[in-house]
Amino acid sequence: MTVKTIIECRKLGKSYETIDGDPVVALEEIDLKISEGEFICVVGPSGCGKSTLLKIFAGLLPYTSGAAELLGQPITGARRDIGVVFQNAVLLQWRNVLNNVLLPADAQGLPRRDYIDRAHELLAMVGLSGFENKYPFELSGGMQQRVSITRALVHDPALLLMDEPFGALDAMTREQMNLDLQRIWMQSGKTVFLITHSIPEAVFLGDRVVVMTARPGRMAGILDIPFARPRSLDVTATPEFGRIVTQIRKMLNVEQGID
Amino acid sequence: MTHAPANATPSPAAPAQPKRKRAMSADRRMQLILVPLVFIITVGGWEAIVRGLNVNAFVLPAPSDILLALKQGFATGLLWEALKVTMLEIVLGFILAALSALVLGTLISQIRILEITIYPYIVALQTVPKIAIAPLIVAWVGFGIESKVVIVVAVAFFPMLVNTIVGLKATPEDKIDLMRSLGAPRWKIFYMVQLPEAMPYIFAGLSIGIVLAVLGAIVGEFVGAKAGLGYQIVQMNYNLDIAGVFAVLIVLAVIGIAFDFLTTQVRRRLLFWHKELR
Repeated sequence: MTVKTIIECRKLGKSYETIDGDPVVALEEIDLKISEGEFICVVGPSGCGKSTLLKIFAGLLPYTSGAAELLGQPITGARRDIGVVFQNAVLLQWRNVLNNVLLPADAQGLPRRDYIDRAHELLAMVGLSGFENKYPFELSGGMQQRVSITRALVHDPALLLMDEPFGALDAMTREQMNLDLQRIWMQSGKTVFLITHSIPEAVFLGDRVVVMTARPGRMAGILDIPFARPRSLDVTATPEFGRIVTQIRKMLNVEQGID
Repeated sequence: MTHAPANATPSPAAPAQPKRKRAMSADRRMQLILVPLVFIITVGGWEAIVRGLNVNAFVLPAPSDILLALKQGFATGLLWEALKVTMLEIVLGFILAALSALVLGTLISQIRILEITIYPYIVALQTVPKIAIAPLIVAWVGFGIESKVVIVVAVAFFPMLVNTIVGLKATPEDKIDLMRSLGAPRWKIFYMVQLPEAMPYIFAGLSIGIVLAVLGAIVGEFVGAKAGLGYQIVQMNYNLDIAGVFAVLIVLAVIGIAFDFLTTQVRRRLLFWHKELR
């Protein structure tokens, strides 16, 4: 039984034209194949193109060379079968929690009643039962981000793209969110592509970690993460964990470390 | 106190209880005493000075005379008729100006070619005091209500237009990215995100607009009219009925307060979600 490939790119590249000469290369020679149910993390410094890669997968940016396919179809624009979580929760402040979660249905012109039950289920899964009628200004940062994750899952997408989703949260909330995300991922069986600045976060969450370097944005390597699921925070204290983090640091040529 | 496990349901915002009426704050209590006190002292002092120093009624009337003029003005129906005329000019002009500002603002912000062509003219005309064309409007349109409505539109339109355009263009990039990632069509992005996001700006424009509408109606009536509160001011001034003029000013103050109150109430409902303007 072959596992379905969710997303695949071959020699993917993205360059921008500049007014006065050589094009700026944001991404170069990206080869990546993500299978169904995998949790892939991408880690790298600012400017390595990881957000660009995510936007290409989301259909928000066109790529300029190579190929990228979602479920076998070339990516030409926004697709209904992906969910995106941004660094900021980006909730619509004039809608309550439930209506924010149902935004994909409204945006795509689908009948709400088909999604209401799922919305309630997902909100319960992230621990926000009873908050359906609250407004964003009444929620903390972590809660808002959880609503954002729920929204990204409500229309049952094939792929969940997350661009530094916990970057705006404090360190302790961040750790808790990592655990929550792992739980949600294990319960929903979704395929996740997550970008982060934090090497420990990437190693804790991912089945595989893609390491990217900057200028131009290239893949320095992909590491398999051997820890069994579900992982507790204790795993971050093991020597094996430290070894992998150090290995990634070396690949990024970072002396002081990022996190 | 034991700490709940972090992944339990987060502490609820407020326990489910019938709402307690908030006790009046100390500030509010002081306000209820001091504000009327200042009024009494000011008016009382004014009355005393005018009567005591025998100030000429053409210069500064006593509050008691003003009150009399006010009562008489309404008893004879004079002020009431004038009020109706001016209110009609204000409301009609404001609504026309607001609707045009919204429609034109939407078109300009959404259609690039319109924006680059028309916006420079708008910027240029912004600084010209529109009230200056009031005599021209009266010469063209006449002394009736219509000319005042036109003047109100001219005066209130531009700020509302500019605020609408700025508001519609100020949508944060990430919200637009979000809608695009969901595959939402352009008109939905406008209706579901740009428009609500622009509401604080549009509303600020409307608040400015209503103030200018009152200004436009009154000054328009100064320039040329047959009726209205501004017209009454000119008439009474000419007849040296200064107490009457003050009476009209009181009516105008009440109108201003009423509009302001209305505006605040509508804003509270419309913009309940906004951090600052709630």
